[in-house]
Amino acid sequence: MSTASVPLPAWINYGVIPLLNLMLALFFSGLVVWAIGENPFEALQLLLVGALGRGEGIGFTLFYTTSFIFTGLSVAVAIHAGLFNIGSEGQAYLGGLGAALVALALDHYVPWYVTMPFAVIGAAVFGAACAAIPAWLQAYRGSHIVITTIMFNFIVSSLMNYVLVRLLIVPGKMAPETRTFLEGGQLPKLDWLIALFGGRLGAAPLNFSFLIALVMCFLVWVLIWRTKLGYEMRTLGISPSAASYAGIRYAKIVMITMLISGGLAGMMALNPVMGASARLQIEFVGGAGFVGIAVSLMGRNHPAGIILAALLFGILYQGGAELSFDMPAITRDMIVVIQGLVILFAGALEYMLRPAIVRLYQQVAGGK
Amino acid sequence: MDFDIFISILGSAIRLSIPLLFTALAGLFSERAGIFDIGLEGKMLASAFASACVAYWTGNAWAGLLAGIAIAIVFSFVHGFASITNRGNQIVSGVALNFVAAGLTIVLGQAWFNQGGRTGQVPPEGRFSAIILPGADAVREMPIIGPLYANVISGNNILTYIAFLMVPVSWWVLYRTRFGLRLRAVGENPGAVDTAGISVSWLRYRALIVTGFLAGFAGTYLSIAQSAAFINNMSAGKGYIALAALIFAKWKPVPVMFACLLFGFLDAFANFMQGKSLPLIGEVPVQIFQALPYILTCVLLAGFIGIARPPKAGGVPYTKER
Amino acid sequence: MATEWPCALFHIMRKGGLLSLDLPQEKEPAIELVGIDKRFGAVHANRNINLTVAKGSIHGIIGENGAGKSTLMSILYGFYQADQGEIRISGRPVAIRDSQTAIASGIGMVHQHFMLVENFTVLENVMLGAEGGQLLAKGVASARRELKRLEDDYGLEVDPDAVIEELPVGSQQRVEILKALYRGAEILILDEPTGVLTPAEADHLFKVLRVLRDQGKTIILITHKLREIMAITDTVSVMRRGEMVATRKTAETTVEELAELMVGRRVLLRVEKGAANPGGVLLSVRNLTVKDSRGVTMVDDVSFDVRAGEIVGIAGVAGNGQSELLEAIAGIRKPASGEIFIDGKPAAGIDPAGLRNLGLAHIPEDRHHMGLVLKFEEYENSILGYHRDERYGRGAMLDLDAICKQAEEQIAKYDIRPPDPRLRTANFSGGNQQKIVVAREIERDPKMLIIGQPTRGVDIGAIEFIHKRIIEMRDAGKAVLLVSVELDEIRSLSDRILVMFAGKVVGEKSGEAGEQTLGLMMAGIAA
Repeated sequence: MSTASVPLPAWINYGVIPLLNLMLALFFSGLVVWAIGENPFEALQLLLVGALGRGEGIGFTLFYTTSFIFTGLSVAVAIHAGLFNIGSEGQAYLGGLGAALVALALDHYVPWYVTMPFAVIGAAVFGAACAAIPAWLQAYRGSHIVITTIMFNFIVSSLMNYVLVRLLIVPGKMAPETRTFLEGGQLPKLDWLIALFGGRLGAAPLNFSFLIALVMCFLVWVLIWRTKLGYEMRTLGISPSAASYAGIRYAKIVMITMLISGGLAGMMALNPVMGASARLQIEFVGGAGFVGIAVSLMGRNHPAGIILAALLFGILYQGGAELSFDMPAITRDMIVVIQGLVILFAGALEYMLRPAIVRLYQQVAGGK
Repeated sequence: MDFDIFISILGSAIRLSIPLLFTALAGLFSERAGIFDIGLEGKMLASAFASACVAYWTGNAWAGLLAGIAIAIVFSFVHGFASITNRGNQIVSGVALNFVAAGLTIVLGQAWFNQGGRTGQVPPEGRFSAIILPGADAVREMPIIGPLYANVISGNNILTYIAFLMVPVSWWVLYRTRFGLRLRAVGENPGAVDTAGISVSWLRYRALIVTGFLAGFAGTYLSIAQSAAFINNMSAGKGYIALAALIFAKWKPVPVMFACLLFGFLDAFANFMQGKSLPLIGEVPVQIFQALPYILTCVLLAGFIGIARPPKAGGVPYTKER
Repeated sequence: MATEWPCALFHIMRKGGLLSLDLPQEKEPAIELVGIDKRFGAVHANRNINLTVAKGSIHGIIGENGAGKSTLMSILYGFYQADQGEIRISGRPVAIRDSQTAIASGIGMVHQHFMLVENFTVLENVMLGAEGGQLLAKGVASARRELKRLEDDYGLEVDPDAVIEELPVGSQQRVEILKALYRGAEILILDEPTGVLTPAEADHLFKVLRVLRDQGKTIILITHKLREIMAITDTVSVMRRGEMVATRKTAETTVEELAELMVGRRVLLRVEKGAANPGGVLLSVRNLTVKDSRGVTMVDDVSFDVRAGEIVGIAGVAGNGQSELLEAIAGIRKPASGEIFIDGKPAAGIDPAGLRNLGLAHIPEDRHHMGLVLKFEEYENSILGYHRDERYGRGAMLDLDAICKQAEEQIAKYDIRPPDPRLRTANFSGGNQQKIVVAREIERDPKMLIIGQPTRGVDIGAIEFIHKRIIEMRDAGKAVLLVSVELDEIRSLSDRILVMFAGKVVGEKSGEAGEQTLGLMMAGIAA
């Protein structure tokens, strides 16, 4: 009998299957680790301890999680409208410019909590601006947004290179970065949060933007499932012809969705730029935009799932950094491999295990 | 402009267009069969790495080529497994494989060569070197034809000539063989192919094998023909630019060749203009040249989509069970 | 082997008719289905089907939408695998795993939605799968000859080098038939073949089928049109809710008996309605020209009015511009030229949201892709198109409670089952899905209702319900424009009938007009 049409209970669909997919991704990653001569189980253990063992480790983990929540939300919002935004990396990068300009303008004059809302807006606006042209090209010219957003990642990279090297660089210094922001341009650390659980934050840069990220999760949930705009986005994403029938304008929704998506990605910059290094540096995004794709797919494009998936990748990043001290052969790029495998198993192969699970479920459920 | 400069730009244009040409032809086969393959970038990167490694270890360029092709076909199979057998989202699968390729090439490169992600320098016998065509030296002094023949047409490595040969070969396979007919049919209406008693899956897998085969050439060219090693992320988005060229050429072999030559020419021209001043503007910042191919891709995609009609069944998994 | 050539000789002589031994093979039915059973999850599509079709006959299979006819034929053609049961061809059991085995067993299928590659030529489509070798050049000449022979033998003229997308629908269907015959089909299955044909084209098809039958081919005709069964078949089987409920010789049964068998109870074939009382003009279409996405003119300088309190039906074979006409009036497609007025206000080129504000409601032809978002829950679909209304939420927000409450009211009033507004719309039956759409559009109390194919794929109980609601709208003083390819539906509901052919309105008749008259107009012959 065909298994495709047998419905499975929600806990299997949203719990068991994603978990199994994750384990498959980890399994194949483990094979790679083994291939380069290290013990995968030992690696996993070092990774988990490094990420969650101490307060400082947890702090770093949550710091990375923050970035991934923003980029994950960015990708998710676009996916709900049927758009695959691969440009979060560039949008976050440009968003950093927006945040930095606000911080540089205001940090001498006002405290951080005054700068912060303007910085949020600045980051979002610049991030949205990066998404605007690909959005327009898709909405009015039908150019495939996947390719144009990828192109803009490269374009923004060159642009920011020029800005940092020629325009914003501190005169006399070699490093392509802005001057360090004063306290008025920084986001405070969340040492009190870690202290709540009995740990110490230490050197970890977990900062206020984590709370902003959580607020954004709630706002995105409200947007997608409780607003009229969200209804229109979801309709367009599932059925463009129903959207046309319902008087939902394609171009308008594409533009608005991508601007929101770009804005969310832009906000990611608040975390490293204002919360950690307190200056704008070259390539500070470090791949977080791409991780956002994995996070969104794993999290089934839902804010709750995104938080969990972002946490997972935070653990991988922090754990991976600790791991590379003990096993230098496993570099940061291993995370890119894991990320790719997660996208593969949680995205493209998400139903691979379904027939086997259906059969198993039927046996167990039928046997009861 | 000086004729010599023009010749040198032309030669450079051809060299720069070859990876695009192989990749675009690779994409042609998969897209005509209805599989959207955004993973061309990853295949190029992975095959560049594989061929450089094998060429370095064996000192044999052809062994390197074989390795490059093999790896690209493996990636194609995974993409096929995801998008054909498991009916997964083809874009997600392609993006995933690009990440896997990007990460794996650096991780393995670091583990095996310890040079920050690049492979060791491939010795000359492990590379594809320039071939001097007969009579090149003799005609070099002749006006116009001489430099054209000696510096542009002659003096390329064998992969370059194979690339141009692949254009008529691709055309012939697509339009004059049974395989080509069925491939074009399955990209337009897989139901028609299925009801004619042909396996849609196997046909699409075979298309992907061809894609992998050609993509393997592209990557190999990058690392052991154009250069002498694999360097981190050396494909630098060429896989996506090749896709743009494919769309621009409306999925036909001969226009694909011209589109890739165009991109190559613009790239070569940009290289030439680096550091030179334009009237009024002064020196153009290097970053503009870096960004130019990507800006150009966007411009092309903006201007000409909507007229081109992609294969009807492109990007949609084929299902017949309810 | 020593026995080889005698066997071969035997078969040659038998096939050539030189040996007319009364061997069991000749009396064997062409096809036998024994105990075929198939489930799709909870849906039991085919229940223990037994069917016998004699060689050299035309056998009809009739049943409502969802009765299981297409599933059965898909099993026969190797598209699906039956869960249980056996298929016998000429007495021999055959395991049909895929279309290849089916073709090898001599089965050819002419699908309802043609399986043709649109930008290939006729010859290329026919050759696909039987190219005659790796290189096309080799097989083309002999393919051309064979194609010509088939065309001549069976009266299926078509230009082999014409490109499919440029051919009229009737010719495309001929290509489908030729494809099957080219592969040596002895058993032809046709799935709802006349849905896209004019009455005249349908007659020609029937002539072709009779020729095929007389030449010894076996034909299975799947249809829901009782009239066709009576016109062309020798025997008929009735399917109802997955079961084969009866088999009759066509000559020994009637339309009424078959209808009753189809439904399981006595059926009112015409809806009851009183006289119309038309008021002022609510919809006015003037010189409307609409082109499709390829720039082909589909609606050609059309003008007509619909008044309040009347139902105007547009009759015509699918593909003559009715879909594009509806889309233009509904604001989904911009007209190339001409004017539309709704209640006196200009409406051409206004988007669907604006048109809804003017008092237009639209029940679209394609409920699966346009009228509903199947992945949404029922309550979400109950506001599709009206979601910006203040009563569903203030400002930018949605008020889920208010929406669900209204959804529940509509469910009760329209008897939508199962009565669960949180259930995913895909899990409702076709009839109930259509009721969701109808409820949504009618309950808005629009001034003007435009409807496309309201009862396609809908069971008879729901059809009666929907027809009654449409009449009620008209009696309440609304203007109704009805487009349907079901001539019976048009004649049953309409006060006035307009016939469209090739993009033009070729004639207007009262609702009492005869089928013959309308049929001729639908075929473009005389007004």
